[in-house]
Amino acid sequence: MKIILNNNPETLEGDSITINHLLQLKNFTFKMLIIKINGILVQKGDYEITAIHDGDEVSVLHLISGG
Amino acid sequence: MTFEEIKNVLQHKTVGIAGAGGLGSNCAVALARVGIGTLIVADFDVVSESNLNRQYFFYNQIGKPKADALKANIQRINPAVTVIARKICLTKENIPILFRDCDIIVEAFDRADQKEMLIETVLTEFPEKPLIIGLGTAGWGKNDAIHCRKVDNMFICGDEISEIAPDLPPIAPRVGIVANMQANVVLEILLK
Repeated sequence: MKIILNNNPETLEGDSITINHLLQLKNFTFKMLIIKINGILVQKGDYEITAIHDGDEVSVLHLISGG
Repeated sequence: MTFEEIKNVLQHKTVGIAGAGGLGSNCAVALARVGIGTLIVADFDVVSESNLNRQYFFYNQIGKPKADALKANIQRINPAVTVIARKICLTKENIPILFRDCDIIVEAFDRADQKEMLIETVLTEFPEKPLIIGLGTAGWGKNDAIHCRKVDNMFICGDEISEIAPDLPPIAPRVGIVANMQANVVLEILLK
């Protein structure tokens, strides 16, 4: 399936993938994250059960300290 | 637009500033100078000497609550600005109440977990409100890495990689650039 991840096109195997699986695949290891699918925030507790599908636009924001 | 026209627009606008530290104090001052109508500033902390290397406070304000000290500084710069200074710790319960009437919210927290809490809360309660996030402000040099990136109604200012550390402290020049970039994005949105 094809998705847009942080504005970049990505091709992934299968028809769908959970957020947790995507984070592992892409080595997104930061703990503090904001994840949106098609403009909607995904709550942290739902990362294991929320699936990403073909055509989705996903944004993963890593939060770091400082300010 | 002339500056008079700019002031005429801004005087009717309200901006929330979450955190009155390096980003928040400098962003608030920039907006005050151009004549923003109302600033709602929230910070539970007090001014310490180590803050003075980047935060818009003065030596004789050490020990004062940051929200109050920033209000005093802003009133000296531009008495026409209304500053609502709240000495509170922002939570997901009080953020929707405090920032309900803001046209724009500026995220100016220090810790990543606080940033996460605020962003989640604003995206849940006010997904339509522009949220200007400060992310990656530590160190010096590397001007080219600092950018502003739009994701829906979030505007992320900073380099997104320079996290503060003992050997990479946040200091005035770079913090000031990101804080002023946040203020510049606020103007871009309000003056459209």
